[in-house]
Amino acid sequence: MNRIHHYDALVVGGGGAGLMAALYLARNRDLRTAVLSKLYPTRSHTGAAQGGIGAALGNLEEDHPEWHAFDTVKGSDYLGDQDAIEIMCRDAVEVVLELEHMGLPFSRTEDGRIAQRRFGGHSRNFGEGPVRRSCYAADRTGHMILQTLYQQCIKAGVTFFDEFQVMDLVISEGRTAGVVAYEIRTGDLHVFRSKAVLLATGGFGRMFAVTSNALAFTGDGPAMAFRNGIPLEDMEFFQFHPTGIHKLGILITEGVRGEGGVLRNNEGERFMERYAPTMKDLASRDVVSRAIYQEIRAGRGIGGKRYVHLDATRLGPEVVYTKLPDIADFCRTYLGIDPAYDPIPVHPTAHYAMGGIPTDVDGRVVIDPSNTVLPGLYAAGECACVSVHGANRLGTNSLLDLVVFGRRAGIDMARYCREADLPPLPSDPAGPTRERLDQLRGSRGDEVPAVIRAEMQDVMMDYVGVFREQAGLEHALERLRELRERYRHVRVQDQSRAFNTDLLETWELGGLLDLAFVTATCALNRTESRGAHYREDYPARDDVNWLKHTLAYGREDGSIEIRYKPVVITRFQPKERVY
Amino acid sequence: MKTLFRIQRYNPETDRAPYYQEYEVELEETDRVLDGLNAIKGHQDGSLTYRRSCAHGVCGSDAMRINGVNALACKVLIRDAGSKITLEPLLGFPVIKDLVVDMEPFFAQYRSVLPFLINDEPPPTGRERLQSIEERERYDDTTKCILCAACTGACPSFWANEQFVGPAAIVNAHRFIFDSRDRGAAERLAILNQRNGAWRCRKIFNCTQACPREIRITQAITEVQREILFRNST
Repeated sequence: MNRIHHYDALVVGGGGAGLMAALYLARNRDLRTAVLSKLYPTRSHTGAAQGGIGAALGNLEEDHPEWHAFDTVKGSDYLGDQDAIEIMCRDAVEVVLELEHMGLPFSRTEDGRIAQRRFGGHSRNFGEGPVRRSCYAADRTGHMILQTLYQQCIKAGVTFFDEFQVMDLVISEGRTAGVVAYEIRTGDLHVFRSKAVLLATGGFGRMFAVTSNALAFTGDGPAMAFRNGIPLEDMEFFQFHPTGIHKLGILITEGVRGEGGVLRNNEGERFMERYAPTMKDLASRDVVSRAIYQEIRAGRGIGGKRYVHLDATRLGPEVVYTKLPDIADFCRTYLGIDPAYDPIPVHPTAHYAMGGIPTDVDGRVVIDPSNTVLPGLYAAGECACVSVHGANRLGTNSLLDLVVFGRRAGIDMARYCREADLPPLPSDPAGPTRERLDQLRGSRGDEVPAVIRAEMQDVMMDYVGVFREQAGLEHALERLRELRERYRHVRVQDQSRAFNTDLLETWELGGLLDLAFVTATCALNRTESRGAHYREDYPARDDVNWLKHTLAYGREDGSIEIRYKPVVITRFQPKERVY
Repeated sequence: MKTLFRIQRYNPETDRAPYYQEYEVELEETDRVLDGLNAIKGHQDGSLTYRRSCAHGVCGSDAMRINGVNALACKVLIRDAGSKITLEPLLGFPVIKDLVVDMEPFFAQYRSVLPFLINDEPPPTGRERLQSIEERERYDDTTKCILCAACTGACPSFWANEQFVGPAAIVNAHRFIFDSRDRGAAERLAILNQRNGAWRCRKIFNCTQACPREIRITQAITEVQREILFRNST
């Protein structure tokens, strides 16, 4: 028999969104809240974010939430929902100040205020030129947000179940009734009963061969939702960050360019001047990533190879060492170079999922084109799609998304928990999970999970990356179908119960394969180019046919049904996007 | 290049005591030790168990002993670790399985020093608390901690007495004691003035050498000790 725990609200994932929601839930002393995380919360990938969190504080020059909203809409290539974007950019000022009041050690201006720097796609007065909007703590802003929120959770006495991997949602009579979790240390299954559940499990960049994402970024939340019949929104939009370290894909923050660094090709040319005359190296990420590949294709990669140079030498050692110390450390450690004196070899790296579990502006999961809410289920952060990022996210807006919508979800969950009663638990809620685990453990097949994973990552990188076209996407789908079939015969070597990461990694691979299949399907389906989704066979944006969100549903037979939902447009009518 | 890994193994369900197992892996010299572990787990022995997440030195999951010295497996390259690499779990913590140790005692010590901003004065409305660049710089070093436990697991005083709060907890106390916005220094210093507090540090510098974030830990501990003396004498 499994252990059954009783709570009002559960938070799945201990990153920025999860911890922010937990803090707001913990303010309600009458509600029982717990955070479940497959990692210790301080290991969450929020901690890897570097360059800053966007908010129009105007500490160094004039700025307004409306300008921030316009940039976000334009960055999204007009696919972002403008009501949600307006809320995010308005709340931004408040949450950044709230983080400071919690103790976050932001870098400071001469007059003691929060320091701000330039960042890609962020402009003054609706596109006139770069603006200082990114609030930063050196180049470890995400680390400081994660630490600060965790510290506040300790202060607030939040209950944590660390290294508990949530495997499934419990849905009863059309309402959320809890989760099934696997205790990593013992191998025991637990049922957590609750009225509300927040999925805050992060992204799934590990479906690609070269990524800035943590090994733990396997899309557990979206995969779980998808298996339970919940659609995934806008999965064809996956951001490639322009500057990952050559081969490794480790992120080099856009803050390097925000501080004045530039990209150069083999001829030493600052090539972004040709692609984006106004914003240059600070154009949005989709634009810069494509430009880098175009330079490489034209034979202007460094030494003819598949990378370009990010030149930070013009910043001088003082700026590099004080404002970008971690970048200097990464370069020393992994490349053996000093970025104050040597150019950094970079190429695009899979970075951020714009798509995910569809939600409204209060984090409530919505399951169809008319935004019907699945009562009690919430999602926030990278695993969710509000949608504030649309077809392409601006730098600094992911940390912002976490804290704004984590907070809003926490507040709404508290309201819901007061109003709703506890749904009955279905008989044996852990049954399906136990069966699947037993099947994985007992498989006598001879397929190796690491081999399947590597093949999936190569297929996604080669055919579902920065450039896409029909034949390549069809080939990718065929390969992914084959890999999903082979996954049924996968063999888990480790048969022990304690800390069986072999079993869990294999489990995660199953979810990643589903998400990769959805991503490729949606990419083939969308016959236009918008933001991060670039179709070489359909190079133009097509607002007449494609100004709409994709909703992908899993069918019983493993195929995918696609439906659409309109984009919310309030102030900014779609127009041509030039940087 | 061929790399020989000698790894301490222990499965609580089948082994009475830890033992060493060897694996040979083909790696490039710019690969990380973690790449070696992943290659072994993926293609030779799925039961090999370790924690990992970010793979570039910021999440703190994969601290372990690499050739006898505490470090993150994702931050040590093969060319620096050599062609024969011995991997063992951090010392001073109970081993759960292979390279995975029980982190609960470590986090309990971290929590014991009140690692959060204490300030009951209402913050200004509509703006941040001000802090000068110099005030911010005062505690910059200790904000870098990623709680990987490489320092505490390298500390002979901690090995001798696991009740010692350990360098990582003191680092996190330092981060707030010297933050101009904080008002909880007296409380934290009182905790660190107890038997198992900051005075157990014998200035061996193992922690400073082990820190993957290059925090000057021994210096931070000394500053905390000095602050205890200073406050008690005024």
